[in-house]
Amino acid sequence: MTSVSLPRELAVPARAAESGRDRTYWLRKRLESAIIPLFALLIAAAAFSVFLICLGKWPSDFFALVWRGAFGSAFSLQNTLLRAAPLLLTALCVALPAQLGLVVIGGEGAVVLGGLAAAAVAPLVAGLPPAAVQILMGLAGCAVGAAWIGLVGLMRARRGLNETIVSLLMAYIAIAIFNHLVEGPLRDPASLNKPSTRDIGEINMLGHLPGTDVHPGLLIGILACVLFYILIYRTSFGFAARVTGGNLRAAQLQGLPVAGLIIIACALGGACAGLAGTIEVAAVHGKANASLAAGYGYAGILIAFLARQNPLAIIPMSLLLGGITAAGGIVQRRMGLPDATMLVLQGMIFISILASQTLYGRITWFQPRKSA
Amino acid sequence: MASGALSTLAIATLAGALRVSTPFLFVSLGECLTEKSGRINLGNEGALVLGAMTAYAGSYLAGNPWLGVLVAATCGGLLGVLHAGLCSLTRINDIAMGIAIMLAGTGIAFFFGKPYVQPSAPLLPTLPLGLWSDSPQIRSALEVSPLFFIGIVIGIFMTWAFQNTRAGMVVRIVGDSADAARAMGLRINLVRFAATATGSALAGIGGAFLSLVYPGSWNEGLSSGQGLIAVALVVFARWEPLACIGAALLFGAAGALGPSLQTVGVSQGYYLFNAAPYLLTLVLMFIAVAPGRRMRGAPGELSIVR
Repeated sequence: MTSVSLPRELAVPARAAESGRDRTYWLRKRLESAIIPLFALLIAAAAFSVFLICLGKWPSDFFALVWRGAFGSAFSLQNTLLRAAPLLLTALCVALPAQLGLVVIGGEGAVVLGGLAAAAVAPLVAGLPPAAVQILMGLAGCAVGAAWIGLVGLMRARRGLNETIVSLLMAYIAIAIFNHLVEGPLRDPASLNKPSTRDIGEINMLGHLPGTDVHPGLLIGILACVLFYILIYRTSFGFAARVTGGNLRAAQLQGLPVAGLIIIACALGGACAGLAGTIEVAAVHGKANASLAAGYGYAGILIAFLARQNPLAIIPMSLLLGGITAAGGIVQRRMGLPDATMLVLQGMIFISILASQTLYGRITWFQPRKSA
Repeated sequence: MASGALSTLAIATLAGALRVSTPFLFVSLGECLTEKSGRINLGNEGALVLGAMTAYAGSYLAGNPWLGVLVAATCGGLLGVLHAGLCSLTRINDIAMGIAIMLAGTGIAFFFGKPYVQPSAPLLPTLPLGLWSDSPQIRSALEVSPLFFIGIVIGIFMTWAFQNTRAGMVVRIVGDSADAARAMGLRINLVRFAATATGSALAGIGGAFLSLVYPGSWNEGLSSGQGLIAVALVVFARWEPLACIGAALLFGAAGALGPSLQTVGVSQGYYLFNAAPYLLTLVLMFIAVAPGRRMRGAPGELSIVR
């Protein structure tokens, strides 16, 4: 190969030339994605304070109680972590397809069916050692979740059906199938008031992390967030997915396997949601019943959007939401506010953070400076 | 015996369909109007719950259930104004914002609704259309709420208005092509603002039906997700208000079939009937959509059909 010498300006890519003149752009770019959400949180807190003052309550009392109830003591922190655990995984079910520009809102379906599959598998393999039973339950939950949301991806990729509507419809179908099986073929005859599947057995339950009341599902969730962060931002698969999400036409012209990417991203997301259901069964309930459809799938949508579909940002956002839910009890008891207070606060936070998306790219200070 | 059971089943399903379908009817007409303008509003679920609470509270405090319906429409409309206002900013995802609005609306309804769980408010009167019959079953099945007929009239009016009025055409143009609307000098955000607010007000009235007619009380488990289901229903109805009426009746009947089957002693497959409308919608979408082809009747600007 012949070497061609280029003039210095041409050989150096534009980006390097630009950063040469605007050295702090990388820092300001990161600051933008930290400051805007914090600003949105402040606005939401201010709006909620006005709401409280109108009701004759002191906002400072309220926020002090929320801090105590969410993070203030070892007990409340563990409560927060427990509530955050399933949300890490259900948020991934939204964030992974979102890399391709898809909005999948039916994670709840994969959660209930994944949990049900895990609970159905456990009695079949009851003779095996607990670790093997747990692994098989996890595999069953992941497989069913992956198949369920993967089907959504398949319909999107091959048939052009809108994934938002299809996943919502499939969530309702999943809950109907779940109810049918739990109240019919898979029902434990001993469960009278609350129809449930058979117990997976105390010995097969996931225990606690040493020295805490927190189950290992939290670690699995955090691990999944980190792994998928690497997958999305550090591998060619993730790069292809983000190219497709950014510009479908460009991806097709480059010959990227768009249909395959869609199906795989949806299936991976579904596997996460199915695993969330499995962990709820294997670590909390010990069986599958109506408690499984607690809205984790829907909460995951919000967390994913709050995290701007970034798997690492899902971790703090899940903790925030988990903390707010965990503090509900103490706020109710100490301030005489109804339990729906936390729902109002959540609503305000989500509206504020979503509305703050409009600020990205609008504040000149965060933008790259034009070289003169 | 078998024919007796069958007629019991038919009457119970009819009664259920007339009752269960009315909230579906209002929410889906509201959602249809909003989507025709090119925006989706999942927050209608919040408007429905808020409408149910405020209608009950209004009826209790004012002693007049119709005033409650008015309050519900107003509160639902306000929630729609919030959604529309925020979505008119750039780079806001209307699906996610809808879910946030749903959460906020439900939260506010539960927060202020606590004192109204116990007291009993005056309910809306019903029209006794079954007086001709001797059968008490038929009589009670045909106790139809005037809201049902109001909903049908609104549906027919909307169909007519989309075809024949300037306002209806403007909504359709804005929903089908923002570029065309811009070229005509239409104010896109203003049109969507009005359509979303009106749609949410209709969803609020749907909620008023839940608390003031059937089941006719206020509690936190009142809604079974009708506001979200309405999105599926509108797809099923291909964005046609007239078809929304039929679809609402069908969804209502499918929802009522399960409990009716139980009354005649069939308890197997109860829950699978609940899934029937969604499965049907899915199958219809599957048939109607082909790669590279948009669904017939779908507004071109709607994020969920692009």
